[in-house]
Amino acid sequence: MSDNTIFQKYLLTGGICLCFLFLFNCNSSAFEADTELSVQGFLFLENGAWPHQESYSASTAVDLEIYHEILNNFHFSMEAFYRIDSLDKERTHGDIRVAELLYFNDNLEIMLGVGRVFWGATEFVHLVDIINQTDQVEELDGEEKLGQPMIHLTVPRNWGAVEAFVLPWFRERTFPGENGRLRTPLPVDTDRAVYESGAEQSHIDLAFRYTTTMGNTDLGLYYFNGTARDPVLLLSQNSPSNLSLSPFYEQIGQTGLDLQMTAGEWLFKGEAYYRTGQSRSYGATTFGFEYTLVGIAETMMDLGILGEYVYDDRDDGWLPTIYENDIMCGLRLAVNDMDDLNILLGVIRDIHSGSTIMAIEASRRLGEAIRLNLDASFFINMDSHDPAFGLARDDFIKLEIVWYW
Amino acid sequence: MKPFSLKTFTCYCLLLPFFPIPSVIAETPEEKGLAIAMESDRRDEGFGDYTANMTMILKNKHGKESKRSIRNKTLEVKGDGDKSLSVFDTPRDVKGTAFLTFSHKVGDDEQWLYLPALKRVKRINSRNKSGSFMGSEFSYEDIASQEVEKYTYKFIREEEFQGQPVYVSESYPVDAKNSGYSKRISWVDKAEYRLLKVEFYDRKKSLLKTLTVDGYHQYLNKYWRADSMSIVNHQTGKSTTLLWKDYSFQTGLSDKDFNSTSLKRVR
Repeated sequence: MSDNTIFQKYLLTGGICLCFLFLFNCNSSAFEADTELSVQGFLFLENGAWPHQESYSASTAVDLEIYHEILNNFHFSMEAFYRIDSLDKERTHGDIRVAELLYFNDNLEIMLGVGRVFWGATEFVHLVDIINQTDQVEELDGEEKLGQPMIHLTVPRNWGAVEAFVLPWFRERTFPGENGRLRTPLPVDTDRAVYESGAEQSHIDLAFRYTTTMGNTDLGLYYFNGTARDPVLLLSQNSPSNLSLSPFYEQIGQTGLDLQMTAGEWLFKGEAYYRTGQSRSYGATTFGFEYTLVGIAETMMDLGILGEYVYDDRDDGWLPTIYENDIMCGLRLAVNDMDDLNILLGVIRDIHSGSTIMAIEASRRLGEAIRLNLDASFFINMDSHDPAFGLARDDFIKLEIVWYW
Repeated sequence: MKPFSLKTFTCYCLLLPFFPIPSVIAETPEEKGLAIAMESDRRDEGFGDYTANMTMILKNKHGKESKRSIRNKTLEVKGDGDKSLSVFDTPRDVKGTAFLTFSHKVGDDEQWLYLPALKRVKRINSRNKSGSFMGSEFSYEDIASQEVEKYTYKFIREEEFQGQPVYVSESYPVDAKNSGYSKRISWVDKAEYRLLKVEFYDRKKSLLKTLTVDGYHQYLNKYWRADSMSIVNHQTGKSTTLLWKDYSFQTGLSDKDFNSTSLKRVR
């Protein structure tokens, strides 16, 4: 069954849930509906490296959120998303990001449905965030995620919170299609996904997590057992003339740690995991700092200075990844004006090869309900052995307008 | 009842100096300033918890306005600073963004930010208190729980202010290195010990901002809360007004409404 049919199944289930809730909402205390409509345009500064790629593309997306407080401690929320892209049919896609029923009391919280969970502490690379699949066609930074079906139990205590997750359905990663930019040299054919587990997408994944705050430190520790979210890309031949990559999803066990610590004016962050189940066990870590200068140059502006490092034990070339041994630094300027102007400048540099990615993100509000986002990424000195080499000709500027109502 | 003994009499005599009677024993301006701050704090003790809705109106020097609506929950913590949770409803692009703050009498406050788009809880560094709170003229130290221990005090004078007798005192931040102020001058009414006005002096000792507090109402026959707090920045011409409404006291909040689990489900 393809991910698309499953998506329709979610949509239907979500719809039925919703109708059900409307029927029984006699003592409704809160109902909210929010819509976001966005239009974005990409301008690529060079011609694509591969045939059928264009230098510009446009797309529009809608995001609808519904929230209903059925009882004081029993909530329903739903978020549906759909994008139409002018260039890449793989980027024309939709997703139920959230469709969840949440019950809580003083001693526990149970969430049932499709949800989003974030784990992690660092700013540049999100290593330990594993519950949700990455919606790779959306953003290069991997921060956009697909909704994950789950049963999620949280037990908050004075000494921390214990969480258990049962994940009954696996979501496949999205990849840009043949016409899309910002892709691997050979396109990834998502219809040819291969699984280590015979249960394929129905494999039931499990996760347990403990989080606590100890003085100036926030700590999270977890164990995950199930299908790796990041597939290994295998070369496959559909026909003698047509080569593509097939995602191969393996079964893994992963122990992860994330840490945020304040020390005076400094904020220290770190993440690490150890993974078993692939052909070799390995570990990866990222850590760094954030230092904020408040009220620079006698203005209201704050300037944050970020420095991070990432190391992946697969550095020996066994299974190349983009972030193997890289150093990252960034400047984050918050102007603190009425329009909430923010500018982020980030540089990621591979220590061995010198391949460098530079990204600028600027964002401001226009009036009360419009936001303007300007992003640009430049791929500099990309080494031909770097897994990110495919991006070498994809320098881009992206402008996005978002309306909220 | 025990008969009056010489022993208890000696005790009373020894204790007397520790309970200064203003008319008899001279009080330094520092002691009087502290006494006013402590009395003001004492009168607000025991509120337990409260919720309120706030509209924040930002205005630049050309008169251009921008509004934010924020819901607030506050929990009194015995022997330490309050816990508070603020959730943004507007502007729409930051809807659902929330701040969780554990303020402390001594040392840095603890603060977390919840970003709804990523469902992410981020720890924020609360050492530097002078930063602007969401682009407003209120800094984090203005918006934070005002604990007596965070300042030292000096009584200046008594005067008439808006037709009522007031105490005027100066206060100086204990953590002078990370505060945006060299001093504050506060006007507190003698009858109810309510804060009516504050002048903030920057680190170069020139007048930076003036806060005026209006529309006090009493809740549960004891606790005074204002409807309006207006702050004007004299150096930039910008201003911010906080309009408070829907105060509700002793709503049954507990520690469990102020942890990272509850932060992740705020709406």
